[in-house]
Amino acid sequence: MSADQFVQYLVTGLYQGSIYALVALGFTIIYAVTKIINFAQGEFVMLGGMISFILLDSVGIPMYCSIPLSILISTAIGAFLYTLAIRPARRASVVSLIIITIGAAIFIRGIVGELWGVDNERPPYFTGQESIAFLGAYIHPQALWIIGTTILVTIMLYLFFSHTMVGKALKACAISPVAAGLVGINARTMALIAFALAAAVGAIGGVVTAPLTFTSYQAGLMLGLKGFVAASIGGFKSQVAAVIGGFTLGIVENLAVGVDWGPFTSSYKDAIGIIVLLLILLIRSGRLAAEESIS
Amino acid sequence: MQNYIKYLVALTLVVALIAVGCIGCGGEEEETYKVGAVFALTGPASNLGVPEEQTVKMMVDQINDAGGINGRPLEVIIYNTETSSEKCATMVNRLIEQDKVLAIIGPSTSGASLAILDTVTTAKTPLVSCAANIGIVQPVEERYWIFKTPQTDKEAVTEIYIYLEEQGFTDIALITDTSGFGAAGRDILVADAADYGLTIVDDQTFTSGDTTMQSQLTHIKGTDAEVVICWATDKESAVVALDMQTLKMDTPLFCSHGIANMDFIEQAGTAANGVIFPAGKLLIIDDVPATDPQKEVLTTYKADFEALYGEGTINTFGGHAYDALSMVVIALEGMEEGLSLADARAAVRDGLENDVKNWPGTGGVFTMSPTDHLGMAPGSLAMIEIVDEEWTWLK
Repeated sequence: MSADQFVQYLVTGLYQGSIYALVALGFTIIYAVTKIINFAQGEFVMLGGMISFILLDSVGIPMYCSIPLSILISTAIGAFLYTLAIRPARRASVVSLIIITIGAAIFIRGIVGELWGVDNERPPYFTGQESIAFLGAYIHPQALWIIGTTILVTIMLYLFFSHTMVGKALKACAISPVAAGLVGINARTMALIAFALAAAVGAIGGVVTAPLTFTSYQAGLMLGLKGFVAASIGGFKSQVAAVIGGFTLGIVENLAVGVDWGPFTSSYKDAIGIIVLLLILLIRSGRLAAEESIS
Repeated sequence: MQNYIKYLVALTLVVALIAVGCIGCGGEEEETYKVGAVFALTGPASNLGVPEEQTVKMMVDQINDAGGINGRPLEVIIYNTETSSEKCATMVNRLIEQDKVLAIIGPSTSGASLAILDTVTTAKTPLVSCAANIGIVQPVEERYWIFKTPQTDKEAVTEIYIYLEEQGFTDIALITDTSGFGAAGRDILVADAADYGLTIVDDQTFTSGDTTMQSQLTHIKGTDAEVVICWATDKESAVVALDMQTLKMDTPLFCSHGIANMDFIEQAGTAANGVIFPAGKLLIIDDVPATDPQKEVLTTYKADFEALYGEGTINTFGGHAYDALSMVVIALEGMEEGLSLADARAAVRDGLENDVKNWPGTGGVFTMSPTDHLGMAPGSLAMIEIVDEEWTWLK
C-alpha cells in the first residue's frame, strides 16, 4: 500500500463513514427517547433522496427549494409514522414496537416503488463533479458536501440537546422517563419530536448523498443496515458516539480493502464491519454484566 | 304458489347463466393457443421484465391481427414475479395447473429460472427462459424441457477477450459484484483469461448496493493493470465508472452486457464515455451492415417497438422475449391439431428443438438441437463503445 493509496482509503472511508453516521444519528435520537430501534430509519434517508429527486425532476422545482421541501415532507412522514403506527401501540412491548418499524419500512418501500417506480435515480450534484486533489488522493465535491453536512448536523444536534428547552426535555426523557413525567414533560410529545427529528436528519442525509450514491425505493435497506452497525458501535449512547461509530465503520471497511491479508480480499469489506460490531458487543456485554452485578 | 314460481324462474335464470358462461369459456379454451409468461415487472430486475412484457403484448396483437397461428388466436397469460424466485415458482405452478398453458416464456432473471427448472421438468411443460446463466440449459440431458434465448456470460466474456487479445493487452484487473450475475461472470473471466494470453493482476469484488467502490479501484490503481473489467448490473457498473472518474483513472473500462440499456448512460453521465461492452446488435442496428442476417428482424422489431412505446425505448431485454415467443410460435405452427394437453406440450418441445434452424432472431442466429438448447451462432454479439453518451459500433 503506497502513501497515496493509504490517504485515498482514509478519504473514501471518511466520506462513506459520513453516510453511515447520518443514518446512525437518527437511530440514536429515537432510541434515546423511546428505547425503540427504528428500522425504518434507512427509509427516511431514501425518502429524502427520492422526494428531492421527484420534486426536481418531475415537478420541476429548483434545487434550493426541492431540498428543504423534501426534508420537510420527510419530517412530516416521520411524525405520521409515530402518530399512526407507534403511538396507538404504545402499551405494547418495545420488541413489538421494533417489529412495527420493520413493517413500516416495508410499507414505505412498497409505496415509493409503486408511486415513483423502481429505477435508480441520480439527482444532480450540488457543485459540479470535477474531483479535488488532496495529498495524492482525490475526493468528489459532493463527498465534501456529505462530510461537511455530517459535521454541521452533529454540531447543531449537540447545541439543540444542550441549549434549548425542547432538547433538554428530550434528554430528560432519555435519562428517566418517570422523572421527566413528574416534572411535567409529556413523554408522548417528546417521542413524536424524536421521530420527526430523526426523520429530518435521515432526509438531510438522503438529499446530500443521493447525487453520489444514487437512490431508489430500496436504497434504505442497505443504508439502514450500515447505519445500525454504526449506531451499535457508538453504543446508541450519544450523537457524537454515533458519528464516531459511522466514521470508524467507514474507515475500517475501506482500509480493509487495501490490506491484502492472504485470503482477506475486498470480498470481506462488508464482513469487516460486522466483525468490528461483534467484537464491540462482546466487550460491552462483559462490561454490562459487570455493571449489573455491582448494582 | 306465486313465490314458488318466482323461485323457479330465478333458478332457471341462474342455471341458464352458468350454462352460457360455460359454453363461453369452453369454446374459448378450444380455440386459442395458450402460452404463459413470467416476467419481473417490479423489483430490482424490472428494467428487464417491463420491456419483455411490452414486447410480448405487442407481438400478441400483431399475430392475432394477422389471423393468429394456424387460424387460431394466440393468448399469452403474463404474471409478475416481483423479481422473487419464490413468487416465480408460484406463478409457474399456476400457469401449468390452472391456466394449462402449452409453453412458458421467461422468467427474466437467472435465479428465478434456475429455481423453476424442476417444476417445469416434472410437469413436462416446455420453458424458454429469457435469462443469461448457462446453467439454465446445461447439462442438456437434464434440461430436456428447457430452452433459452439470451447470450450467456461465456459468449460475452469471449467477445471481450478476443478484442483484448487483438489489441495486444496482457494485464487485466477485475472488479466484480458478489451477486449471482457478477460471481458467475467472474468465474468465467478467471477461467478463460490464460487462453487469450491475459494475466489477471488484481481481482476485486464488491457487494451490490454498496455506495462506493473507490477503495477497490484504488487497489487496482496500485497495480500494472492496462484494462479494468467490471462485471455487474447497470447501477453498480455506473458507480464504478463514476468512481474511476473521481479517482482520475484513465485505464480503459470494459463492462458486461448487463449495462446494455440507457439507464447506465443516464446514471454514469460523462463517466460512461469510453466504456466498452459486448451486447446484442439491436443497440446499434443502424450501424449493422445490410448483409448481416439479423439486420431485417432487428430493424422491424425496433421500428414496431418504438412506434408503440416511444423513441429510444428499445433494449435488448425485450429482444430476448421477442426471440422466446417467436420460437414458441414456430413450434406451434408445426403442431398437429387435436392433441391432448400433455401431447401438445410435448409437441411444442419437439418443435422448439427441431424446427428452429438457422433462424435469425434479435439476439443472434439460432439453431436448436438435442445437444444445444441455446444454439447461438458465434459473432452474434457486437462490441460497443460509448462515445459522447451514445452507443457506437466498435466491431
